[in-house]
Amino acid sequence: METEEQGLLLEFPLEHYRFETAGEASSKIKQVVRQLGVNAQTARRISVCAYEAELNAIIHAYGGRMRVKVFSDRTELEVTDEGPGIPDIEAAMREGFSTAPDNIREMGFGAGMGLPNMARSADEFQIKSSKEKGTWIQMLVRY
Amino acid sequence: MKLHEVQKVLGASQLWGQHCLEREVSTACGADLMSDVLAFTKEGALLLTGLTNPQVVRTADVGGLSAIIFVRGKIPPPEAMEMAKELDIPLFSTPHTLFAACGILFANGLKPCPPLVGKTIGN
Repeated sequence: METEEQGLLLEFPLEHYRFETAGEASSKIKQVVRQLGVNAQTARRISVCAYEAELNAIIHAYGGRMRVKVFSDRTELEVTDEGPGIPDIEAAMREGFSTAPDNIREMGFGAGMGLPNMARSADEFQIKSSKEKGTWIQMLVRY
Repeated sequence: MKLHEVQKVLGASQLWGQHCLEREVSTACGADLMSDVLAFTKEGALLLTGLTNPQVVRTADVGGLSAIIFVRGKIPPPEAMEMAKELDIPLFSTPHTLFAACGILFANGLKPCPPLVGKTIGN
């Protein structure tokens, strides 16, 4: 944890199929923004954005990283991974669309609500993905 | 409804969170898909589920849920119990099925979660 400009910067590595620690980053982020005085409902939105992004990277990506910047009026989340990329973003944004395998669904994931939940919870949501560069997601939640 | 009333009508045993029995709940959600839980619940909702892995507890924390009821007498593994203690999420286990447990709570006045929370997105 270090300060950058006026914001607080948090960084978390995301490792493929590492479910033991999945969600720890999201709980931590929620705790930090609550301590900084962000109300429970807004903290929940930030936490949902982080959690869905974390899970997506753990389930689908070879590995990635989440950078979170907490400011006095907003939180920005940036998630990048090393591929394999999302072939059809439009389909992936549709509620219920999932490419998660059965073993992931048995754990309670793969509902096809990950990206829609992020888009719904964030005030601003951007996604870019390619086979070569992997996936990049940026989200912003205002207080 | 308070959590101790929920516990009573479901004939549930409490696995963790004795200090939370006075917590008030007004809505509940029955689901085994965690992203559905995050999409359809709001802060303070009660979760009924047949899943017992630690991610259920994590989802409850992320979603700001009031408690988890495991159905069909299921008991979560020790790592889920540990996480619940760490994140202060009360856990209960009821012998009822998910359908029956939801029905009992509905009949006792608990409301379903609203259709979708947050802004709508283009589909």
